[in-house]
Amino acid sequence: MTTSTSLVYLIALPLFGATVLLLAGRRADKWGHILGTAMSASAFAVGVYQLTQMLGRTNESRPVTQKLFEWISVGSFNVDAGLMLDQLSICFVLLITGVGTLIHIYSISYMSHDHDRRRFFAYLNLFIAAMLLLVLGNSYLNLYVGWEGVGLASYLLIGFWNQKPAYATASKKAFVMNRIGDMGLSFAIMIAFATLGTVSFDGVKAASEHASTAALTAIGIMLLVAATGKSAQFPLQAWLGDAMAGPTPVSALIHAATMVTAGVYLITRSNFIFDAAPTAQLLVVIVGAITLLFGALIGTAKDDIKKALAASTMSQIGYMILGAGLGPVGYAFAIMHLLTHGFFKAGMFLGAGSVMHGMNDEVNMRKYGALRKYMPITFATFGLGYLAILGVPPFAGFYSKDKIIETAFNAGGNKGIILGIVTLLGAGITAFYMTRVMILTFTGKSRWDDEVHPHESPLLMWLPMAILAVGSVTSGFLLSNGDALVNWLAPLFAEHGEHAERLQPMVVSLLALAVVAVGIAIAFFKYSRQEVLAIAPENVSVFTKIARQDLMQDKFNEAVFMRPGQLLTSALVKTDEAVIDGAVRGVGQMALGSGSVLRGIQTGFVRSYAALILVGAALLIAAIWMVTQ
Amino acid sequence: MDAANYLYLSALLFTIGAVGVVVRRNAIVVFMCVELMLNAANLAFVTFSRINGDLNGQVIAFFTMVVAACEVVVGLAIIVTIYRSRRSASVDDASLLKR
Repeated sequence: MTTSTSLVYLIALPLFGATVLLLAGRRADKWGHILGTAMSASAFAVGVYQLTQMLGRTNESRPVTQKLFEWISVGSFNVDAGLMLDQLSICFVLLITGVGTLIHIYSISYMSHDHDRRRFFAYLNLFIAAMLLLVLGNSYLNLYVGWEGVGLASYLLIGFWNQKPAYATASKKAFVMNRIGDMGLSFAIMIAFATLGTVSFDGVKAASEHASTAALTAIGIMLLVAATGKSAQFPLQAWLGDAMAGPTPVSALIHAATMVTAGVYLITRSNFIFDAAPTAQLLVVIVGAITLLFGALIGTAKDDIKKALAASTMSQIGYMILGAGLGPVGYAFAIMHLLTHGFFKAGMFLGAGSVMHGMNDEVNMRKYGALRKYMPITFATFGLGYLAILGVPPFAGFYSKDKIIETAFNAGGNKGIILGIVTLLGAGITAFYMTRVMILTFTGKSRWDDEVHPHESPLLMWLPMAILAVGSVTSGFLLSNGDALVNWLAPLFAEHGEHAERLQPMVVSLLALAVVAVGIAIAFFKYSRQEVLAIAPENVSVFTKIARQDLMQDKFNEAVFMRPGQLLTSALVKTDEAVIDGAVRGVGQMALGSGSVLRGIQTGFVRSYAALILVGAALLIAAIWMVTQ
Repeated sequence: MDAANYLYLSALLFTIGAVGVVVRRNAIVVFMCVELMLNAANLAFVTFSRINGDLNGQVIAFFTMVVAACEVVVGLAIIVTIYRSRRSASVDDASLLKR
């Protein structure tokens, strides 16, 4: 272990930016966006410096730690606020600060007409700081602070335009659903402390070797709950679609590239727990497989370009979770897909933002069409991202997604066959809905209104898109060339024996390409050969209707959780009013009533008092006489 | 003469005083009845002193007389003040304390 004093700057710089921008108020309106971008860029520079330092060391001494201060010290419970940068964290640090800086630059132009742009950059900086704390914390408790921090930043940014009630509701929905996941994480921390006596990653890893499988399974399941909340996985996935209410750069940074991948980070970071708890690991795979198909199916029916991309994000993170659930052989591929996805999905979201920018903030793809001619750069960068997500060689997704499909097939037995088919099917549906997005947006006839004048976005917007497009093309090859990423991450994960390869990589790639081709072909015949209506048709099959309503996820939540919850709370309120308040009021009434009865004795007439005293004295004497006789 | 007769007289005087306090409305008469009750008690004390052959009862009788004198001073002052403000010496009229 190497110690370093410069890790803290990764977090401190963007946190400083956020603090200054929030405290300075309107005074910072003129230069706020520049400060925000500079802070993010300097954090990226620190990250690159750390990477170069790390590359110069051997595997064992690569992780870097920094102790900040003694945080909690109660009896046997000691937690230091400490940072740890290892081979896994550095991937995230570079992704967060790199993509984050590009999106800062993009936002300068995208948000230039918004009079609250300074506040936007303050929140973006806050998010970067919190996300870096999440991936740099050296214990589950430190991670938890960052975990809550990104939840807060996400809430603030989804509801950035909270003057619209629907947007404010969307941010609240995201926050509440995330809280359920957060509860899972806090339970996991509590169980870890109760059974293992420590919450630091190193401590838990060491203790997990002797811990009971039941305890580890409980921790693993709770961690999975946390991951489903933050990463919008089944069954806590419903918030991601509504989260698209936030400004598009937010959707690109938080709800595509970084924050929603925190669940994958959590599971990968806790690999030692899941490796020792097969039940929890199986659940991870199941959640990933369900979400993968769930998101893809929703994506096929969405007309809102951002919601289609959000559904795609859900589906792609399903791939990552599935990969992470496959054990030591899959962790590195999950991270690889996470990194390539960060590039191509952020790029496509920025492309969607660019389209909206040129189309008066219209998000309905049925009102697009033929934008290829008007926005050539956006078309090119979006198209490269499209090829990457489809997994067309040699674009990024080909290297990362095919590896997950291949690993799924090789998982063995019926599990391998089912997972392989699910991932292949997901790839086909992905091809269908992404082709649909491409066709509806960029080709065919124009379907927009007369007052809309599509135009290409300015340099500050297309430059980040272009850089991300380059990443979409090259990142897969660079990361998998000579198994670079796999070897880089290998020291962190348990050894895994060579799996018997049931299917050759070549066969998997050909199968995937065939499925993708089928998906493209269906989309092509359905949307390019036929007229696309500017208004979504109503006479569609029941499946389309269900898919348009996000596969009934909101209806389900309302029926199963919200309504009974409302009933429970109203019953509790009634009980409170009848029993608790009733008892309090009853005591008061009793005192009042007995008082008014007793008041009758107090007549105010001296003679009646005298008579009472007399009678009392007589009774007293009689009593004494009776007793003494 | 039997000492018990003095005790009977004392009880009779006390009863007359007590009935007077309860029955009469005029504050002066009520006051006189209170004095009657005090003196009935005094008579009893003195009688017991005689019966027991010591001076304790007589000493207490002196105390009672001093207290009664003070009480008369304060009580008459109150009655005169009430009469001045209300033009009445009836104890039933002065029943405003409960309100």
